[in-house]
Amino acid sequence: MKTKAIALAVAGILSTPNLYAAEPSNQELLDILKKQQSQIEALQEQLKKTDEKVKESDQKIESSVTAIEENLGTSSTKMPSIGGYGELHYNNIEDSESIDFHRFVLFFGHEFTDSIRFFSELELEHSLAGDGKPGEVELEQAYIEMDLSDTSKLKAGLFLVPVGILNETHEPPTFYGVERNPVEKNIIPATWWEAGAGFNTQLNDGLSLDLAIHSGLSVPTDGSKSFLIRSGRQKVASADADSLAYTARIKYTAVPGLELAASYQVQSDVTQGAFGADANLITAHAAYNSGHFGLRALYASWSIDGLEAEAVGRDTQEGFYVEPSYRINESFGLFARYNAWDNNAGDSDETEKRQTNIGLNYWPHEDVVFKLDVENRTGAQDGSGFNLGVGYQF
Amino acid sequence: MLNNVNLIISINVRRFLVMCVLLFNAQPVFAKVYLSADTFVEQVVQLTNEPIHFKSNTLWLNQAIQSEIKTILDHPYAKLRLRYKISQSQQSPTTIWFLDEIGKERPISFAVAVKNQQIIQIKVLEFRESRGYEIHIPAFSQQFDNIGVDENGKLNKNIDGITGATMSVNAMKKISRVALLLHEIVVKK
Repeated sequence: MKTKAIALAVAGILSTPNLYAAEPSNQELLDILKKQQSQIEALQEQLKKTDEKVKESDQKIESSVTAIEENLGTSSTKMPSIGGYGELHYNNIEDSESIDFHRFVLFFGHEFTDSIRFFSELELEHSLAGDGKPGEVELEQAYIEMDLSDTSKLKAGLFLVPVGILNETHEPPTFYGVERNPVEKNIIPATWWEAGAGFNTQLNDGLSLDLAIHSGLSVPTDGSKSFLIRSGRQKVASADADSLAYTARIKYTAVPGLELAASYQVQSDVTQGAFGADANLITAHAAYNSGHFGLRALYASWSIDGLEAEAVGRDTQEGFYVEPSYRINESFGLFARYNAWDNNAGDSDETEKRQTNIGLNYWPHEDVVFKLDVENRTGAQDGSGFNLGVGYQF
Repeated sequence: MLNNVNLIISINVRRFLVMCVLLFNAQPVFAKVYLSADTFVEQVVQLTNEPIHFKSNTLWLNQAIQSEIKTILDHPYAKLRLRYKISQSQQSPTTIWFLDEIGKERPISFAVAVKNQQIIQIKVLEFRESRGYEIHIPAFSQQFDNIGVDENGKLNKNIDGITGATMSVNAMKKISRVALLLHEIVVKK
């Protein structure tokens, strides 16, 4: 019934003559099409402009982000860099107790270009410097380094002599024991810096060579410290440069955890013209870390020519240490170190000093360390006790 | 005789001075570039031994991501976004990250490929520090192969360090953890 009604209605509409009269003509249809075409073109133009605006906005965002990123952290390498380290020590050896902010060090560096840079290290030792005070303000490094190729570089200025383990790397979190080992201190003698020029090249992956020409030692020529190597450091402070020194080092680090190195140094005259005493230093060391275990061993020996050095038994000065360690986890490590050294090895007297340290390092952060060790001195020295320390680097 | 010796010394000194002048007049701009990013990607394709097609994506480092990165690096990452590559594989995509971190003073550029929450390969692209270049040696960097993180977010394998290059080694260890973190973030998306 409903279907029939709809059919009648449709038939009625189609048969109405007025409807035919309202139908647009071809011209009208053409006008409608033209109008629609112009609307489409206007929309297309608008879309194109929008696309361009989006692209422009993208470019602006990209430029802004790039500009911001260039000013963020790692990209701003042209700014001077600042770093440092420090260590506070408490020593209790044979009831002689002392507490000392042993070293407060600041690094300043600057990149002039990608291949030319400056590096410096300024140190305040023992907290207080000046007349009658225990400490010193020392410029330990200040040099310009220039890359000559992707494997070679040259430095000129005041730099650490490339000998031993601790002389160049001695930030407290990087070594065991409150005090630096006495062998490198008294024989090498670390920390040791001179002024001159140095050349470093990587002969192969993991094999490098250092050559340096620099100012020399100037040992005392009389008194209890005559020809004592450590007392010969001039620290490049209006230093006598009558007789220069030459150092070569070869270092092998191709195996993970392993470092083998040997240095040879010639001092043309350690008395800087007083006696004409040339001298040679030979050092060799191994450092190995595998898993939890670590081992460091070093040998160093001086040979000084001349009757004057021989007369006080200091024509030969030598020493060695061995330091096994065990890293329990990221935070704790145990070590033991046996040191033996003799600054009078040229005489027949029993002058060798020996020292054993056993202790613990605790790193609450990779750049912060607390240290404890017990110390036992034997041979030509006596005493036992313990040391506590805290150190940091940044 | 003495004149001859003086002459020889004089010539040698002149040669030395000429060499020095040449040396210092040179305009060396030598970056220690060990590998290009493209070569690294090719290596990863070969390494995975499957036809991988990588597409480039961008990850914006929002506050939440920066916060997680900071727990690893001790500082936020110095970028607003990171461009990375991700393989088309739906099951277990491989991601490749190009990240910088300062060792002691200068940024070291790393490339890290991660799959299934493990590092496939990490390489040093550019090294700018004075010490610690040894981290680029394959014998060292291969220690990171197949390494992941434990429940504390630390690397789950021991890495034997390099004497005198602790900070460069630490930078590499941290970047490995950051790459593993970022991989997890984009894969979970």
